[in-house]
Amino acid sequence: MATLQIIDLHVSIDVDGGSKEILTGVTLTINSGETHAIMGPNGSGKSTLAYTIAGHPRYTVDSGQILLDGKDVLDMSVDERARAGLFLAMQYPVEIPGVSVSNFLRTAKTAIDGNAPSLRTWGKEVKKAMTDLKMDESFAARNVNEGFSGGEKKRHEIVQMELLKPLFAVLDETDSGLDVDALKIVSEGVNRVKASTDMGVLLITHYTRILRYIRPDYVHVFVGGKIAEEGGPELADRLEDEGYDRYLVESS
Amino acid sequence: MSETLTNPSGAPEWSDLPVQTRNERFASTQPEDFPAISARQLEWRLSPIDALNALAEGELAGGHYDVTVIGASYDWVPMATIAGRAGLPEDRVSARAWSMTNDALHVHVDGSGDPVVIHRDLDGVRAGHLVIEFTPNTHRSVIIENHGTVALAENVEIIAHDGSNARVIHLNEWDNRALHAASHFVRIDKDAHVDHILISLGGAVQRVNPAITLAGTGARIESYGLYFADGGRHIEHQVFVHHKAAQTRSNVLYKGALHGNGTRTVWVGDVLIGPDATGTDSYEANRNLILSDGARADSIPNLEIETGDIAGAGHASATGRLDDEHLFYLQSRGITESEARRLVALGFLLDIVGNIGIAELEERLTATLADALDAVESSA
Ligand SMILES: Nc1ncnc2c1ncn2[C@@H]1O[C@H](COP(=O)(O)OP(=O)(O)OP(=O)(O)O)[C@@H](O)[C@H]1O
Ligand SMILES: [Mg+2]
Repeated sequence: MATLQIIDLHVSIDVDGGSKEILTGVTLTINSGETHAIMGPNGSGKSTLAYTIAGHPRYTVDSGQILLDGKDVLDMSVDERARAGLFLAMQYPVEIPGVSVSNFLRTAKTAIDGNAPSLRTWGKEVKKAMTDLKMDESFAARNVNEGFSGGEKKRHEIVQMELLKPLFAVLDETDSGLDVDALKIVSEGVNRVKASTDMGVLLITHYTRILRYIRPDYVHVFVGGKIAEEGGPELADRLEDEGYDRYLVESS
Repeated sequence: MSETLTNPSGAPEWSDLPVQTRNERFASTQPEDFPAISARQLEWRLSPIDALNALAEGELAGGHYDVTVIGASYDWVPMATIAGRAGLPEDRVSARAWSMTNDALHVHVDGSGDPVVIHRDLDGVRAGHLVIEFTPNTHRSVIIENHGTVALAENVEIIAHDGSNARVIHLNEWDNRALHAASHFVRIDKDAHVDHILISLGGAVQRVNPAITLAGTGARIESYGLYFADGGRHIEHQVFVHHKAAQTRSNVLYKGALHGNGTRTVWVGDVLIGPDATGTDSYEANRNLILSDGARADSIPNLEIETGDIAGAGHASATGRLDDEHLFYLQSRGITESEARRLVALGFLLDIVGNIGIAELEERLTATLADALDAVESSA
């Protein structure tokens, strides 16, 4: 059993002539096997939280902690965090010209495991992960995310998650831009990894639809850079009906 | 169909000419028609004059040298008999190489089949003239492998006769001390297609300038360049594409990576679409990846159009660093920063390698570039 703890996290970004505080005190604990959904209005800081966990250099942590089984994540470089078991499925996956998907996946797997995957089984594993997510084999020869459609990029993120088997995955709007079939396929992928590895999930979304496939244990309402309310799955349904007005009034 | 070049009396002062005018550039086989090289002359202004003076002044050995040619017949032919069908010297070093060479090495390529390999390991201070001739309807590749410590001033003529399909790969893997100043004259006749691929690695100074003439209707050129410069080297390419005939097509792409203090690369691309070159399509691009502080890339594309009726003409130039978002994405998958840098830089360069079309050579070059980038990353 592993635990990811976020404690009173304050994060800012550099803007012209100073810095702007985006996260204003986030506290959240996720255990292995748990699924936490985060919902909140545009610009409330959800992606900022996701990127800060992954260690994107754009974000400055002013105070607070992120601990993975008690170890200080903020002390780790981006790649160390990934090797420690953190994974971020990005809202906007990056296109990398000249680096093929197959080379990328093998290099990442080697980095995460500390040794190269067995030639004999790795090819099959990649093929299976891609087939499971209804990605044609031909994607392996293409450059990472280059020219992929929005939905293909998202599926490619989940292929990586399946192959790298993280302890905790942050899914930043992985459901946005997916058609109804793809949404099911992606959700099944997440559930498969959860079932086989007991992965913990932080699922950022705007829509309750994905929560029908990936049942959250907890739902957090994210407003103004922090968690405004926590509840069970029923909270998501209420948000869908009522929107965020209530919280916005309270927080202003 | 050879290029006609005017030879005006006396050399003009290039620095007085507008940058774009490539059309009427002076050409001569006589070194004394050109002034001593200096940074005040347009074509030398970005070049390391002191180093190149080893070739621009003093004696150059012009005799035969050891060469291995596999897959084609060759002979040494007196310059007066064979030279000048694809172009004439447009600078002093080229004219000196021309006048100090006794016999040209003439490689005669015909038929189809395995690539022809020309292998040279050169030393000393010397001049040379290489003529590679593709007979009509030939479909063949030629690889020129250059090694050694030489200071070499050379002219290369490539003639693709009607309907030939020629691929010429120059693999310059010079010793760190080498100096290489070369002019490549490429003449492409009716419906012929040439892939001209220039790989520039090593050497203290490399200055290799291809001048390509699309001489016959329907002629096509794919001109690719790949350079990796580190350790203070200078690598320069001035690429000239002359659309002379109608319905001709050109595509030029040069990519380079630079590392280290004082490392310098120069790319100048001139495309000239002449008055008779109706219905032509051309594109030229240069991209540079700067891997460290203290390295500098100059990139200057030019386009001159003398007809109103063209199918397309474009150019692009970009010089930049590795993209932080690319590195972040790879690192977020556990890949270390140095490995991520290496992957992205290699990917940038492999774009050109993929056009070689000879699997064995592509693999060898990929390994060479990976090693070079490893060395750069471990020195950081
Ligand atoms: N360079 C910047 N200058 C000013 N504000 C910025 C800058 N970069 C980000 N922000 C702000 O940070 C806030 C948080 O952005 P973030 O992407 O974390 O929001 P989000 O909750 O993920 O939104 P969405 O639901 O639209 O994805 C936004 O208000 C955004 O405008
Ligand atoms: Mg977001």
